[in-house]
Amino acid sequence: MTLFASNSAAETADQFFVLIERWIVAHVPAAARPVVADVISVVALLAVFASLFAITTVLERKGLGRIQNRYGPNRVGPFGILQPLADGIKSLTKEDIVPLAADRWVHFFAPLVLVVAAFSMYAVLPIGRNMVLANLDAGVLFFFAVSSVMEVSIFMAGWSSRNKYSLLGAMRAIAQMISYEVTLILAAVTVVMAAGSLSTVTIVEKQAGYTGVLPHWFVLTPWGFAGFVLFMIAATAEANRSPFDLPEGESEIIAGYFTEYSGFKFALFFLGEYIGMFAMSGLGITLFLGGWTAPLSFLTWVPSYLWFFAKLLFLIAMFIWIRGTLPRLRMDQLMNFAWKFMLPLALIDLVAAGLWRFLPNEAVRWIACSLLVVVSYVLLGRGLARGWKLEKRVYRFAE
Amino acid sequence: MLGEGIAKGLVETARNFFGSYVSRERLTTVEYPEERLPQQEAARNFPFLVFDGEDWKAGLRCVACQICEKECPPKCILIEKSKDKKPDAVGKPQFYPTVFNIDVSVCMSCQICVEVCPFEAIKMDTEFELSTDDRFCGLLWDRERLARSNEYYHGIHPTEAAEVDARLAEEKAKAEAKAKAAAETKANPAGSTLAASTGVAPTA
Repeated sequence: MTLFASNSAAETADQFFVLIERWIVAHVPAAARPVVADVISVVALLAVFASLFAITTVLERKGLGRIQNRYGPNRVGPFGILQPLADGIKSLTKEDIVPLAADRWVHFFAPLVLVVAAFSMYAVLPIGRNMVLANLDAGVLFFFAVSSVMEVSIFMAGWSSRNKYSLLGAMRAIAQMISYEVTLILAAVTVVMAAGSLSTVTIVEKQAGYTGVLPHWFVLTPWGFAGFVLFMIAATAEANRSPFDLPEGESEIIAGYFTEYSGFKFALFFLGEYIGMFAMSGLGITLFLGGWTAPLSFLTWVPSYLWFFAKLLFLIAMFIWIRGTLPRLRMDQLMNFAWKFMLPLALIDLVAAGLWRFLPNEAVRWIACSLLVVVSYVLLGRGLARGWKLEKRVYRFAE
Repeated sequence: MLGEGIAKGLVETARNFFGSYVSRERLTTVEYPEERLPQQEAARNFPFLVFDGEDWKAGLRCVACQICEKECPPKCILIEKSKDKKPDAVGKPQFYPTVFNIDVSVCMSCQICVEVCPFEAIKMDTEFELSTDDRFCGLLWDRERLARSNEYYHGIHPTEAAEVDARLAEEKAKAEAKAKAAAETKANPAGSTLAASTGVAPTA
């Protein structure tokens, strides 16, 4: 084929999907080309991330099972890999119940808004070289703007259900998400400062070089490492994942804001949460883990999108591991952690990122930034721990 | 320092994760339909009717006294008494049930029917897979479905069954001795009174 003739094998593999899209687009009338190109990209994104969601549900259940010394699902298909299919059929055939007192339309639109917002975030994520739906100049800003729509949809769900558990869950979700969004954005701002751009594509390109075999990823700097950890903790809270799953704490408020959802709408909430989690991880990869770039200089021949998905799967595995380890926080612990630890550390990290930019000597800036981050981590951690005195609980009314 | 506990927890869960692939002892799950744990001898789920011998109809120990029917708390037993009599396990002529139904969906496995039965006719089974897709007739068990041989009873509850057998044999021996004595009194009333008074056993 003439299509691939001018490129080397590695480059062809890298640009395979881009070339296919270009080839399809070349066969339609010129007027329809932009629309067709976008539709192809959107369909591909929807298909890939929806199937990643299906795979993740079964991997998560199996992983959690192993963490608890169980087998996990192993009945549907070989090793239970067809479990998501069975779950999908089940949720499709279930009765869709709308409470009599609910606000019908808001109740109906909440899961849709959530899923649409979650998928919109992928528009600015570069999942491979030249593989981004929209290279916006303010990509990071767009991402955070859309991600805050998810909060709106969660409050829509909680408010329209007219159920105390839904409302409690929604209130918890809003309080949590707004608190952690501050840290999330501040952690991302460090990268924006370092890269000098809000465009996700430019941010990845800034990290594409190598010193020796090591890449120029932002996570490999002291401020970048702190920023990455802060970002991922805040992303966990944004995605309502354990240990920050208070909004849907099943042991106290049933299922939180989606208590009154059943059948396919419930599945949509589930889908939206996972898609949102992948998008947050994707942004974490883009900002700190070098996006689609290879981790070592001699591995650049591996197609770029494979690196992106390898990193994504790694972060998903971390999410599952954390979920299998930590118990749910209490509301006051959650808030203390956000405002007394995460936020000050994120602000100090901003200063560290500035220092890194303006200190001339490599050794000096390594030492200065590391010291700043580590010392503030230890001190802030100590300050946070001061509130945790184990005391004998006194019951004023019981006993 | 902040985060030490989290690191410890992560190590523990990672150890569980990899350990469960390496050593099977960690996995406590019994994969039920394929794997089963041995039944406890004292396990019980649903009553059955014991019969002696080969033919369930002839050997049924139940004499249709209807005590279990009256005592059953959820009233899941239905018994209809026969008009004629047949010899029971001990040998006495007794009524027998023409209808003996138990509703599986109503029974609560309380074992009261077993406790009150004076004839050792109803016992608890260990069988627990009673589900069916026929929710009417499939859940109403008649006497044919309820009948289980004494050998089966020995198979599931050996200790209890041996005790029951000993008790029945004792009763049967007592009844036979009584019958024999009664027959002899009838045949030779004078001799028997003589034997009783002198303490010498009568000779045949």
